[in-house]
Amino acid sequence: MSAAPPGLNEVLQRTFSFPKKHFLSATDLNEVEVANLLDLADGFVSLNRQTSKKLDLLKGRTLMNLFFENSTRTQSSFELAGKRLGADVVNMSPRSSSISKGETLIDTAVTLNAMQPDLLVVRHSSSGAASLLSQKVGCSVVNAGDGQHEHPTQALLDALSMRRAFGYIAGLQVAICGDVLHSRVARSNIAMLQMLGANVRLVGPPTLIPAAAERWNVEVFHDMRKGIAGCDVVMMLRLQLERMDGVMAPSQREYFRFYGLDREKLALASPGVRVMHPGPMNRGVEIDSEVADDLSVSLIQDQVEMGVAARMAVLTSLAARLENDR
Amino acid sequence: MSRPVAFTNARIVDPASGYDGPGAVIVTEGVIADVAKGGGLGSLSADVEVIDAGGALLIPGLIDLRVKTGEPGSEPKETLKSAALAAAAGGVTTIVVQPDTHPVMDEPSVVDFILRRARDIELVNVYPAGAATKGCEGKRMAEIGLMHEAGCLYVTDADRPIVDSKVFRRVLSYAKAFGVPVAHRPADPWLSAGTAASEGEFAARMGLPAAPAIAEKIMLERDLALVELTGAQLIVDQVTTAGALESLRRGRERGLPVTATTSINHLSFNEIDIGDYRTFCKLDPPLRSEDDRQAVIEAVASGLIQVIVSAHAPAPAEDKRLPYDEAAPGAVGLQTLLAALLAFHHDGQIPLMDLIRAVTCAPADLLGLPAGRIAKGAPADLVLCDLNAPVVIDADKLISKSKNSPFDGRRLQGKVLRTVVDGRTVYSA
Repeated sequence: MSAAPPGLNEVLQRTFSFPKKHFLSATDLNEVEVANLLDLADGFVSLNRQTSKKLDLLKGRTLMNLFFENSTRTQSSFELAGKRLGADVVNMSPRSSSISKGETLIDTAVTLNAMQPDLLVVRHSSSGAASLLSQKVGCSVVNAGDGQHEHPTQALLDALSMRRAFGYIAGLQVAICGDVLHSRVARSNIAMLQMLGANVRLVGPPTLIPAAAERWNVEVFHDMRKGIAGCDVVMMLRLQLERMDGVMAPSQREYFRFYGLDREKLALASPGVRVMHPGPMNRGVEIDSEVADDLSVSLIQDQVEMGVAARMAVLTSLAARLENDR
Repeated sequence: MSRPVAFTNARIVDPASGYDGPGAVIVTEGVIADVAKGGGLGSLSADVEVIDAGGALLIPGLIDLRVKTGEPGSEPKETLKSAALAAAAGGVTTIVVQPDTHPVMDEPSVVDFILRRARDIELVNVYPAGAATKGCEGKRMAEIGLMHEAGCLYVTDADRPIVDSKVFRRVLSYAKAFGVPVAHRPADPWLSAGTAASEGEFAARMGLPAAPAIAEKIMLERDLALVELTGAQLIVDQVTTAGALESLRRGRERGLPVTATTSINHLSFNEIDIGDYRTFCKLDPPLRSEDDRQAVIEAVASGLIQVIVSAHAPAPAEDKRLPYDEAAPGAVGLQTLLAALLAFHHDGQIPLMDLIRAVTCAPADLLGLPAGRIAKGAPADLVLCDLNAPVVIDADKLISKSKNSPFDGRRLQGKVLRTVVDGRTVYSA
């Protein structure tokens, strides 16, 4: 085991008990809980930059990754987070298991639950799937993306990236751009950023912004130039290519022309603007490579790094609560 | 020969005659032999069995125009017998079963099968609704005339809208020649495809694929135009939105032969009841906004919507214990229909007479049934009900083979004491 860096030790020694059993939705959290998670995650960032990265906070715990949708990035992020905290990590890939033989989500969950995991990380293509599982298992459930509903650890890592880049979140102008309609990342970010005091704008063609978004206390822009004008953060969302062939947008080139982020549009944002993307990117479709790869504006690689730390913070907080249960 | 039965000391509510007051009813040979409004029956001969209602409500047995069972084809969900038992316990004495079974009820032998099964079960009256098109596929007309001859009351493709306007026009004009009403679900198929909720803030926040409420209005407008063209009698299968009600009102003002139904679920719940993805509240059509629900209540009160259905649709646990978008839609409702209806009386939102009318003589008149009224010579289909008795719905204790009730845990008032079909007591509490 390695020594925790001083900053992390200080946070870990605070009396902070996370009051929830599961981590399902950004809307379940309050400002204090998010601030504590961010402080904790900050400490893990330092740990992760040491040569020796391993702690034993989750020693003896079993973390199961249950990804019904493929995601190399998120799955390996959770896997690393669990391993660096000393947990045993098992990756279940339902594609090769009995799910494809007609077993239901709940049957699978009950089966896995009988193996006594402590933490179950779930990604599923249906909204509400993580919540459904949490009602049927005894362990803590972390929502790693449920359909078009939420992806709360993504919002946490995005908040961490912003807080480290700017030093604060309250008062930031954040434009979330692209396929908001189908995006769980957008829903979690809107909830968490508003809780932390940021001003959120949504930018995209009317076909990709929910009709009811006006009621979310956000400003909606269909003109990207106006939408990102004066913004501190431009958060791009991935648009699935099959939705761009005359389905939700007429073509890739038309989409890029009006809603792709390039230097020219970015120049309208606030000086010091930072660009974010949850990945994986469609280069030349929603974001120009020149912008994505410019480390003076892009936080995209930071987001990946923060992802591991943010998930370590979530897992640590949930595991501490499990401790209290027993 | 069975013994005559007298129901005395009752509060009779009979929408067909508009009577609400004390009275007594005598039943002989399955038929209402006499009704004494205001007082008693006078001296009765010794062979009459007297049932003292003790002031309880005596109403015509309920007629439910839209019931699904799993028979034939999906008996583990619900059989005709389990549905009939649930109906009897709920005060429903006549059910009309939907044609989307396996095989589809699109030819007279399946109609005949249902009627024979119902005779064997001998609980409540069961009538089939035939398919409007073969296989309920919306492409080719089913044997509407032969099914009508065999005993089907109306034709419908149940949950599936008939998309092709040419086919629907032919169904309407052909059915009209046989005097068969056509029921049709107003839902624009393209706006509705792949959706599980009503578009709005709630669905957007929950990340549920949703169709706008106007999907209902769009299809209803087409249907009304085709009714105008053909003169056929249309039953609008479940109006659930304010927009469609507006179209319906204008259609009725033009004098179109249109009758509208709504479901007890859309009267009782709104989309917020879905809460944390409660699949028991996943319905088709989906639950709507509170504004829509209020508009539907108002439309029942004003008579714009004439008929209320249970939309009984059994779905077993394995079809409901799934992620929301994968779960089967529908709710059981036969056994809870009356108590759920009475909530609107207890809340002062809809007069008792109007509520009872929408489940008795209104559907009976629509389909030409002699039941649905407390009148001399009518079939003795009756319900005795304690109007004020509190009940707590426990889905697990429902008689249906499937327990998917959104009313689970609801506190209601109104308890069925006795259900009588053709003079036979088929349920008593």
